[in-house]
Amino acid sequence: MSIIPQPITQFPWRVMALLLAIAVFGTLVLYSAAGGSIFPWATNQAVRFCIFSAMALVLSRIPLEIFARFAFPAYGAILVALFLVELIGGVAGGSQRWINLGFMQLQPSEFMKPVIVLAVAQFYARLPVGEIRSWNAIWPALLLIGMPWSLVLIQPDLGTATMILAGGVTVMFLAGLPLRLFIGSGLTVAAIVPIAFSFLHDYQKKRVLIFLDPESDPLGAGYHISQSKIAIGSGGIWGKGFLQGSQSHLDYLPEGHTDFVFATMAEEWGMAGGLLLIGAFMLLFRWGLRVAMRTNDRFARLVAAGLTTTIFFYVAINLMMVMGLAPVVGIPLPFMSYGGSSMLTVMLCVGIIMAIDRSNSRANNPRNWG
Amino acid sequence: MKFPGSKRQIITEAAQSFTFTRRTMVLGALQGAVGAVLAARMAWISVAENEKYSLLSESNRVNLTLIPPRRGWIIDRHGRPLANNRTDFRVDLIPQRVVDADATVKHLAQLLSLEPDEVDRIREELDKSAGFRPVQVADKLTYDQYAAVSVRLPDLPGVAPSQGFSRHYPGGSTVGHLLGYVGAATAEEYKERKNPLLITPGFKVGKDGLERAFDEHLTGKPGAKRVEVTARGKIVRELTTRPDTPGHSIKLTIDAGLQEYAGRRLATQSGSVVVIDCANGDVLAMASMPSFDPNSFSDGISHMEWAMLSQDDHVPLRNKTLQGLYPPGSTVKPMVALALLEAGIGPQETVGCSGALRVGNTLFHCHKRRGHGAVNMRTAIAQSCDIYFYQMAQRIGMDRIAAMARRCGMGQRFDLPFPSQSYGTVPDPAWKLKKYDQKWQVYDTVNATIGQGYMLINPLQMAVMAARLATGKQLMPNFLHGAKRPEPALVGASEEHLVVIRDAMSAVVNGGGTGGAARMSIPGVLIAGKTGTAQVRRITMAERAGGVRGNSSLAFKLRDHALFQGFAPFDNPRYAVACIIEHGGHLIRNEDAPMIASDTLSYLFDPKKAMEKLETLEKGWGGTPSERQARQMGAFRLARAIEKGEVPPPAADNGSNAAAAGNSATPAPAAPPADESDDAPPPPGSNAADAP
Repeated sequence: MSIIPQPITQFPWRVMALLLAIAVFGTLVLYSAAGGSIFPWATNQAVRFCIFSAMALVLSRIPLEIFARFAFPAYGAILVALFLVELIGGVAGGSQRWINLGFMQLQPSEFMKPVIVLAVAQFYARLPVGEIRSWNAIWPALLLIGMPWSLVLIQPDLGTATMILAGGVTVMFLAGLPLRLFIGSGLTVAAIVPIAFSFLHDYQKKRVLIFLDPESDPLGAGYHISQSKIAIGSGGIWGKGFLQGSQSHLDYLPEGHTDFVFATMAEEWGMAGGLLLIGAFMLLFRWGLRVAMRTNDRFARLVAAGLTTTIFFYVAINLMMVMGLAPVVGIPLPFMSYGGSSMLTVMLCVGIIMAIDRSNSRANNPRNWG
Repeated sequence: MKFPGSKRQIITEAAQSFTFTRRTMVLGALQGAVGAVLAARMAWISVAENEKYSLLSESNRVNLTLIPPRRGWIIDRHGRPLANNRTDFRVDLIPQRVVDADATVKHLAQLLSLEPDEVDRIREELDKSAGFRPVQVADKLTYDQYAAVSVRLPDLPGVAPSQGFSRHYPGGSTVGHLLGYVGAATAEEYKERKNPLLITPGFKVGKDGLERAFDEHLTGKPGAKRVEVTARGKIVRELTTRPDTPGHSIKLTIDAGLQEYAGRRLATQSGSVVVIDCANGDVLAMASMPSFDPNSFSDGISHMEWAMLSQDDHVPLRNKTLQGLYPPGSTVKPMVALALLEAGIGPQETVGCSGALRVGNTLFHCHKRRGHGAVNMRTAIAQSCDIYFYQMAQRIGMDRIAAMARRCGMGQRFDLPFPSQSYGTVPDPAWKLKKYDQKWQVYDTVNATIGQGYMLINPLQMAVMAARLATGKQLMPNFLHGAKRPEPALVGASEEHLVVIRDAMSAVVNGGGTGGAARMSIPGVLIAGKTGTAQVRRITMAERAGGVRGNSSLAFKLRDHALFQGFAPFDNPRYAVACIIEHGGHLIRNEDAPMIASDTLSYLFDPKKAMEKLETLEKGWGGTPSERQARQMGAFRLARAIEKGEVPPPAADNGSNAAAAGNSATPAPAAPPADESDDAPPPPGSNAADAP
């Protein structure tokens, strides 16, 4: 037994320090992106990080049963909100992704990312163990995923739809469905992709095509990817130096403080900064998956691994996009990109994983590092 | 309902937990793999492709602007500038970047207080411009105007103020046709050469005359300015500047003072003067007036000014010295006389002149109706007796005359640095057969003998003829100072014959001949020359019977051309001169060819005295050419405004002033000098010359 009081040892120091380090780095990058000013982005981002960190810590103290109980109601509420968005959007004409609550604009699809994980995990937790290899283990989960997925897809928001699908399928995979199913559907999707492509909106098609060959239209739709690669590539190993990035400071890099913040960072901090950041995110994922593996509760472990993977998808899709490995789909980089919604979502995930970790350490080993 | 195809298998909580752990590890491995791919990609872009992307980033960031090179000077034989550069604040429009052309032009017009016709010109050039070529808004701005535009740049996209150099011609319009002018390159030129310098604001290329011929030589190497710009083109800071290398200068054989004097001495007439150095053929002056002012041409001429110049019956836009072709009239008589001498006709042989001669079934008249009586060669040249030459030319035939004419430079093409030249014609039987498929007739010889008919000459050729008669050498005209030339060939006339001709030509001026007006006021310097009149209309038998109409009663375009060629001093020629006054009609003595030629030569012997005379005369003509042109422009603008109904017609007294100013370039018809018949009147009506 340590002489340090239990609340302090139980506080998730290491993961909070990791997140703080990433967030401080992100704030520095936003400070530079604003031309060496804490306004308008850096302060906002720092304040948000503090608020959402507090929220995550509060979440970490909530018993797991509450999450399990609220998984389906929350899912239902967000699904209704997605319908509403679609209706309002239909009335207003054009695509709309948010509901204006007066004091803030609510983007329900953002919340669907963690909630789909909770809902699917809850479904498999309730499923009798023996049923896992039956049809009954598949169609309700597909329905759970398919409804929000299609609603978000027709908004249209390809990035978020992909993440909802990926989050849900990850939980299905972890729940123990036969492997052949995933391999088989993977092959089927590969066959369907060309057909699906023809149903995409023109601007989405263009994005995909441009992603395949960004230099074909360096001043038009390929501009984002071209400039992002120029920013990253010109940074070299050690970068151009803090506040010295010409691509971002001279406005060549579009969305340099939101989706393409990684390019802004890489230009000034170089490959060193980039690898450090990727490494930090990897540590975060390792923490999340280890929490999942230590957990015995079916719901909790699916949730922990699923939410970790959700954060992973944020990072992976965003980085692939800015480095020209994926089309431009508008997924922000957690803790780095300026914006409240994504940070809220990611902190929700982190908070729930911390709650799971906390319940673990209470149950087994109080000396867990998390 | 069971999953089809799956084996019945007992799945326990423990087995599922094991599956979860295994699959989570797979997931973790996948995530790690993606992380590794991302790290590898990062390394690839930022290390392996670093060079490529650094270059792209630099080309994003840095904008290279060319600094137009200063153009080389054009200097005269004494090193005085004929064309130099002046520091200049200017404003251009880059059509491609202009957002609202109308509003921008309006705003600029107000800021720089531009004239309405300037605004029209800018609008028109904006329309025509292909997008990349800058349109000049204004130059020669004051610093205040320049600053006023500069501070408003954020509101005026596409407006480019700059500090540069503009071409300046101290001689103004007197050097217009000699030097040409400079201007912004056309879209065609840019398409052809693809040189980015051509679309740099402030860069000018030679458009005409020597500026065009020596464009490459005069153009220097551009400097460059590297600036850091944002994606929207806003300049953040200057990085480095490499200064321009000015172009080479060119030293001409022209005497700047003489050139300007000659231009001004042409008075209000439409004409030209060429002066050639008899020692080597150097052209000392080559003036064609009236002319455009190359200063205003190089700034981008206004629509109004262009309209005025192109409507003027004195054709200021044509270089008369090289592009004007005129029947040489009696100025060819010394040359014909030289051919006669060569053919063995003695200078003392006489011909009786009764005032007319029947050739075939046509009566050819002498300009003196009552006839000159018995004339020898000297008298024939001095009095410009036509009958003598009609008779004598028939004795030797056209071929010998034509051969001499060619040796004297008539019809000869000179290799000169001017883009466009017209060459005169020396007709002979072979030429006529080839050109018209007609046999040469005796009356053709008769006509050619007195410089009418098919014979044509340009003023430069006439000056060359004068220089060759003076020296007996086939001098070639030259414009580049110190140019290496082969020793000129000889005309092929003996010195004895040349003395006869020079003496006869002196008699024209100093011996009571037709060119008395050309007598020089410089003591000890006698000018030799030959007058000429070129008829531009046909005189019918009926008119001749009733008395040939005087030039003063004819419309400007129908009046005779007045010509003079000569050299001085007559016994040891140093300078040769030619002067042609289009439609001069010998109406005003001090604006007629002989006196203009003589005064121009006198400048070479006594510049001060010549200048005093010119300044006195100019008072009577309404000032210097630029003053007169400015007044003409004012009147033209007013007339246009009245035409358009923008301005009410002025009251009677104002109107007459404006009209007088407007007409100042046109001589008021004056009575021809009564006491002296200046030159031979037109030859017989049957085959009068065509006007050029």
